[in-house]
Amino acid sequence: MKLLEYEAKDLFRARGIPTAPTGGVIKKAAQINGALKRAGRGPWVLKAQVLVGGRGKAGGVQIAKTPKEAREKAKFILGLKLVTHQSHGQAVPVKELLIDRAVDIEREMYVSVAMDRAKACPIVIASAEGGMEIEELAKTRPEAILKLPIDPGVGLLDYQARSLAFKMKVPAPLLGTFVKFAKSLVKLYLDMDASLVEVNPLVVTKKGELLALDGKVLIEDNALYRHPEFAKRGDLEASALEKEAKKVGLNFIALDGDIGCLVNGAGLAMATMDSVKLAGGSPANFLDVGGGANAEQVTRAFQIILKDAKVRAILVNIFGGIMKCTTIAEGVLAAAKRVKLKVPLVVRLEGTKVEEGKEILAKSGLAMIQADSLWDAAQKAVRAAKSVDANGAKRMAVAS
Amino acid sequence: MSILLNKDSKLVVQGLTGQAGSFHAQQCIEYGSKVVAGVTPGKGGTTHLNVPVFDTVADAVKLAGADVSLIFVPPPFAADSILEAADAGIRLIICITEGIPVLDMAKVHRALRQHAAAGHPVRLVGPNCPGVITPGQCKAGIMPGYIHKAGPIGVVSRSGTLTYEAVWQLTSRGLGQSTVVGIGGDPLPGTSFTDVLELFQGDADTQAVVMIGEIGGGAEEEAARFIKDKMTKPVYSFIAGSTAPPGRRMGHAGAIIEGGAGTHGSKVEALKAAGVVMVENLSAIGESVAERELVTRRN
Repeated sequence: MKLLEYEAKDLFRARGIPTAPTGGVIKKAAQINGALKRAGRGPWVLKAQVLVGGRGKAGGVQIAKTPKEAREKAKFILGLKLVTHQSHGQAVPVKELLIDRAVDIEREMYVSVAMDRAKACPIVIASAEGGMEIEELAKTRPEAILKLPIDPGVGLLDYQARSLAFKMKVPAPLLGTFVKFAKSLVKLYLDMDASLVEVNPLVVTKKGELLALDGKVLIEDNALYRHPEFAKRGDLEASALEKEAKKVGLNFIALDGDIGCLVNGAGLAMATMDSVKLAGGSPANFLDVGGGANAEQVTRAFQIILKDAKVRAILVNIFGGIMKCTTIAEGVLAAAKRVKLKVPLVVRLEGTKVEEGKEILAKSGLAMIQADSLWDAAQKAVRAAKSVDANGAKRMAVAS
Repeated sequence: MSILLNKDSKLVVQGLTGQAGSFHAQQCIEYGSKVVAGVTPGKGGTTHLNVPVFDTVADAVKLAGADVSLIFVPPPFAADSILEAADAGIRLIICITEGIPVLDMAKVHRALRQHAAAGHPVRLVGPNCPGVITPGQCKAGIMPGYIHKAGPIGVVSRSGTLTYEAVWQLTSRGLGQSTVVGIGGDPLPGTSFTDVLELFQGDADTQAVVMIGEIGGGAEEEAARFIKDKMTKPVYSFIAGSTAPPGRRMGHAGAIIEGGAGTHGSKVEALKAAGVVMVENLSAIGESVAERELVTRRN
């Protein structure tokens, strides 16, 4: 779960990590005066609170020198729908605006804590060069990036923090401050079960302060049960449909295509999407219905898939392992009858009692297209989707 | 031979009396696996599915001779169960549980490294995996037993149902499996592709290996380096996720493209360069392996 910048910086301040003086978050431009007062004298930085990167270049971060300018810019940013290089073509509306006091920057640095999958331990990633995206720096100047593995049971030790400071050429008077900062950041990562804590930029101001000017915190989803305050708040990135799916225990991600996929197992669900693409189509979603592909779950999955108006065909791909294909076939039938499908349905079952399962489907009288392999199913789904015209009216082929 | 499990493996099921533990332990017993003990703290001294239940793994080792642990404990307690098994002297721990916090697993890895340094190496398979099966000898996991058949192909995979799909295609073409290992879909798996490839390379009964990967992390790229340097047996591979959008977790906690790393393209390229036969179409795995390996066997 990704936190907004101000949520991350609230966590920072609660652990003694200094940030720029802040006026807090506003939702309406009319609330600007209070925020400016809280932040102290200007100029101020107005920052759109969105979860997508690249907001600065898209106009979501602006400086204001006077209260009048601040109000105008607040109104402007709060009306923005940000399309950034990281938003995958989506327009992200700005609902909240953070008002911070602007600081005079002497130097920008980078520090983050993340999980190193190969080493199976957390690492601190740091660079004397901050401000730009770390992925960009990794490409252009990998030698400028420092990596330090951490013992998850111990945290960051003083000497490790000092060694980072020396390599980053942190000014001598700030050595102690940096050590405290780095240790607190790692402690925050461990305490919050984060999968990423990032400060970019970490700045040295002209006055000689060390401040976290921006903050990113990701809490690992599997550990949310230990952080009920955030579990309750919900995932801000998930679409309404994705949230609805999650509530009923479906693993669902909306995509751009027109073939709805209903699969058991995450890996097979991904491979099903890949097969659809390989057959010349485009998947509308990733959907893992879980191990118990019963009538209830399949019904819910159909309902979620059909809420996407782009869907012109549904591909059901289920490997009947411990659950027999006959049970799955009955479940699919019950669900299809309940939901009253208006788009072609392609079903591919495999596994225990597959022949009997297929027979149940064939005898049902329900219009559906059966397939023998995933590849066969993908091809049939692509053809079926193309047979449905843009208005959604079906010109459905007779079940094969 | 085979790897990890054979007909003499003696399983202790941690979480035997729970719903998932009961159901799958029963399936393992029906397959012919030797389930010698269960562990549920507080239920020691009882029996469940005709299997003696102990309070601790140490008791299950001492009194029932268990040497492999199969874990069905809920996520908040699973890391503790892994460490208990390791401390009790279990050398192969298979953890089925999905949803263990990554930080808990980082601490488990640290503890297992200490076990290894002290001269007691422990192998953890999983978590978030279907388990391990040596067809005809021992099933320790949640996979449907009947789709497997004993034979010369080693299979290793990060995904459950995707493994079943591949195994079924092999079995349907008369190609049996030496051992099938699900290493799991988490970011910090106890056993890596490379670990399993090394075991298959050293196993006289394994003629070729099918490796099923997916987006996220660098385990496939690491495996490619091992294959290039050390592997003489043929490797076939399918990588799921060519259509997965970056930055989204595709069901498995570990299946995510982060900061441009762990892409489908990067994995396919690395494996191809290592001489692996890449299968683009999932439905063609069985056929690709059969084409080459059935001929090889006849020679």
